[in-house]
Amino acid sequence: MFDRRLVQNFDWSLLGLTCVLSCMGLVTLYSAVTAGTQVLQMEYYKQLIWYLVGLFFLIISFLFNYKAFDQWGHVIYILCISLLVGVLIFGADSKGAIRWLKFGFFSIQPSEPVKIAVIIILTRHYSKHTNTAGLTLRELINPFLLTMVPFFLIVKQPDLGTAIMIVLIAGSMTVFVKIEKRSFLYLIISCIISIPLVWFFLREYQKARILTFLDPERDPLGTGYHIIQSKIAIGSGMISGKGFLQGTQNALSFLPEQHTDFIFSVLAEEWGLTGSVMMLIVFLLLIIKGLNVAYRCREPFGTILSVGITAMIFWQVIINIGMVMGLMPVVGVTLPFISYGGSSLVTVMICIGILMNVSMRRFMVE
Amino acid sequence: MSKYLQSADSDWYKKRLTGVVFLVLAFFLILIARLVYLQVIEGDEFRRLSENNCIRLQNIDPSRGLIFDCNGKLLVDNRPAFDLSIILKDAKPVEHTIEMLSQYINVPATELMSKIIRKTGASSYAPILLKQDIGRDTLAAIEVHKYNLPGIVVSVKPRRHYIYKQSAAHLIGYLGEISSDELKSEKFFCNKAGDYIGKFGVEKKYESLLRGKRGGRQVEVNAAGQVVRVLRTVKAFPGHNIYLSIDSLLQQKAEELLEGLAGTIIAMEPATGQILAMASSPAFDQNAFVNGMSHKQWDSLISNPFRPMENKAINAEYPPASLYKIVTAIAGLEEGIIDENTLFHCPGYYKCGNRVFRCWEKRGHGKVDVVKALSESCDVFFYQVGQKLGVDKLAWYARACGLGSPTGINLDYEAKGLIPTADWKRSRTGIGWQLGETLSVAIGQSYNLVTPLQMMTLISGIANGGIRHQPLIIGKVETAEGEIVSENNRKVTGKLPASQRTIDIVKKGLWDAVNKRKGTAWIAAHIDDVDISGKTGTAQLVGRKGGDESAYKDKIHKFDHLKPHAWFVAYAPSKEPQIAVTVIVEHGEHGSSAAAPLSRELIKTYLSISK
Repeated sequence: MFDRRLVQNFDWSLLGLTCVLSCMGLVTLYSAVTAGTQVLQMEYYKQLIWYLVGLFFLIISFLFNYKAFDQWGHVIYILCISLLVGVLIFGADSKGAIRWLKFGFFSIQPSEPVKIAVIIILTRHYSKHTNTAGLTLRELINPFLLTMVPFFLIVKQPDLGTAIMIVLIAGSMTVFVKIEKRSFLYLIISCIISIPLVWFFLREYQKARILTFLDPERDPLGTGYHIIQSKIAIGSGMISGKGFLQGTQNALSFLPEQHTDFIFSVLAEEWGLTGSVMMLIVFLLLIIKGLNVAYRCREPFGTILSVGITAMIFWQVIINIGMVMGLMPVVGVTLPFISYGGSSLVTVMICIGILMNVSMRRFMVE
Repeated sequence: MSKYLQSADSDWYKKRLTGVVFLVLAFFLILIARLVYLQVIEGDEFRRLSENNCIRLQNIDPSRGLIFDCNGKLLVDNRPAFDLSIILKDAKPVEHTIEMLSQYINVPATELMSKIIRKTGASSYAPILLKQDIGRDTLAAIEVHKYNLPGIVVSVKPRRHYIYKQSAAHLIGYLGEISSDELKSEKFFCNKAGDYIGKFGVEKKYESLLRGKRGGRQVEVNAAGQVVRVLRTVKAFPGHNIYLSIDSLLQQKAEELLEGLAGTIIAMEPATGQILAMASSPAFDQNAFVNGMSHKQWDSLISNPFRPMENKAINAEYPPASLYKIVTAIAGLEEGIIDENTLFHCPGYYKCGNRVFRCWEKRGHGKVDVVKALSESCDVFFYQVGQKLGVDKLAWYARACGLGSPTGINLDYEAKGLIPTADWKRSRTGIGWQLGETLSVAIGQSYNLVTPLQMMTLISGIANGGIRHQPLIIGKVETAEGEIVSENNRKVTGKLPASQRTIDIVKKGLWDAVNKRKGTAWIAAHIDDVDISGKTGTAQLVGRKGGDESAYKDKIHKFDHLKPHAWFVAYAPSKEPQIAVTVIVEHGEHGSSAAAPLSRELIKTYLSISK
């Protein structure tokens, strides 16, 4: 039966924040591609279509009761894992990494929806198995395995950025539902001990790669150069920015991947501190809103689900922006709503849809 | 559930969520603090750096490894070449600069402009190449007028230089600009458009060793595009130096001998399998590939009927002709069909069924044993051996001798050759094997095809007492500092299917061929001071139907391209061979007259050098 309270409880503020971010994304993408070649400009129209597709999925995601995820979580998980296996077998090559599955005229990147699958499967697990004393090491084995399967499949592609995201999301959710004090201590100690051990067994070139990852300056012709250019772009925006379409760094195609991972530097150059802080504030509002949904939900499944989704958006924003400002290692993590890319956009739209779903059904419990 | 102290309810979660909010706020504060640092505190400096896009990357090309001969004589090096490019953003106004430049380098301004127009759409900070390899005089003129030519940059690029024009061209190979397909492939992931990579021969096969590692620097430039400051440098590492197994003196002698002919000469050290010389004629000038070749030059290379681009030693397949009698002799002796005393009568022809097979010697050889059959190349003797063996037995021995399959030399495009069997013919043509064809196969005509290098490993195997080696072209590889990376030792690929006794009999036949008055190579290869053994071969390209000798002679004299190929394989000194040689002269007619003298000269040269 259709419940009128569903409409009354509809979360307009979530939808509003999503629209604001989408508009910021379209404007920034427009200046990022204008400087580029014809091919890039075609991408802009493709992305417009992706926004519509994303909106469609967002609506789908709040239409049914989110409790269905509790029932179907394992099916979604297995489906996504098989897509990942499919990528390794049939995947399409792009810049030396195999991340795509081609379906006729479009292709998808299964590692993106896998993030949602991991959130759902862990929510399903934790909502049944937690207590206020926290999880012991033994109880952590199952969630650990559930995380590691997609993690290794994604590392194999290789797509380090998404793999790290999966670990961060799973870690955040686990810490949120609480790990038992002694177990937590053991975990940290064993991590500290194992790092030098692993280091000892790595080959010379693997060590070099990790060092470059942690310190891009070691690779002044590759990543190090990208970071310097990105910092120049952001810094040169100063307080008020150079103005829409006036960014020179971007215009010269000096920025690597300016329309995907490095899109924030395009925004920061053209809109300055004012624009950048504004975008950060909108992201912050969205995240607070996500936590608020978790707070107001009156049963564990919805709460943990919302926390997982919010953690995903939070880490992507922090890592992406931290990376382009030279605060963090360079990994391929997209900026939600802003970066070019269909799979990542649709994924984040689905996430918002799920948050709205939890939010509008909060009255249904008890 | 009973073991849990208290199950987590939503109130408990709510308490935990407040902590999370503070954590989130802290992270966002860090991001904002960083933004303030970059955009406010360091903002002026970054704005200055962005103004002219001051920070740029420059390549440092590694110098490619050098190539030496076995004695350390330099064959291939790099010379500095000066390339002229323009950076549009710095060259203001572009038209004026180009007009000035065109006067100094004697290239019409329109031609220069067309190069620029072709590159529109690319970043205006990327240098556009205007003229490659300008001479020193032009360079001096440009340097003098540097200040009238904003945005014009001269870059020094090492350019490959093949010191001995055309020498060992097929073995060494050449460089060419990387193609867009190659750029996409995993193998060339560290290459950039415009790079020169090995396209042929050793240059191609050992690309990864010769290439070295690219370096680069981050530089800050001023408004005119001149470097003010070098921020960071990554050193380039030079490629490894390669020492070939060939002796350049011997190589040049081989090329001299082939001058004006189409064919190949290979020389090998029987004890190790090292290639001492490998010449293929006609050859090409490798420098032309590196310096840029006109369409006309390229067309003439491609359309030349003598196929200069082909390494005839390994890419070309020829009928083995009488050289194949060595295989037939080995097979006959090993299978017990003949021994050293078996005699056949040769009346000048052999009747098989209702067909008559001729011997090349119309008058016949009379009573023939295997040694005499090899030395005088009696066809009738081998017809009978072949008939008793059958084609499949013969094919097995030929394969075991290394014929009909690649030798494993580390060069591209090695041909396989062909050793026919009854099954092969049936699956190919649908017709069963005919006995007459076995007789033709036994003397090396019919479908048989071999490469000169396969013949080389066989004769080298006979010379060293039965061991087949993989032909070696690389002596050693060293780093630029002279540290040895790898030293190729000999690699045995198999043994000839022959006992010591059989090999001794064959060797006797080959010795007689050169040193007995009736031997086929007596006139052409015999010299008093060197003890040579060898075998001639004449590969007919058209049949002599029905023994109509005069029609055949008419035909081949009218058309040069129907003349038979001339073969000669040899080794010397016969007792303890130091060198084995294979020669083929295309359309040279007789192995004895066209190919054998070349072998003799080469052997003489080698033995005098090695003394």
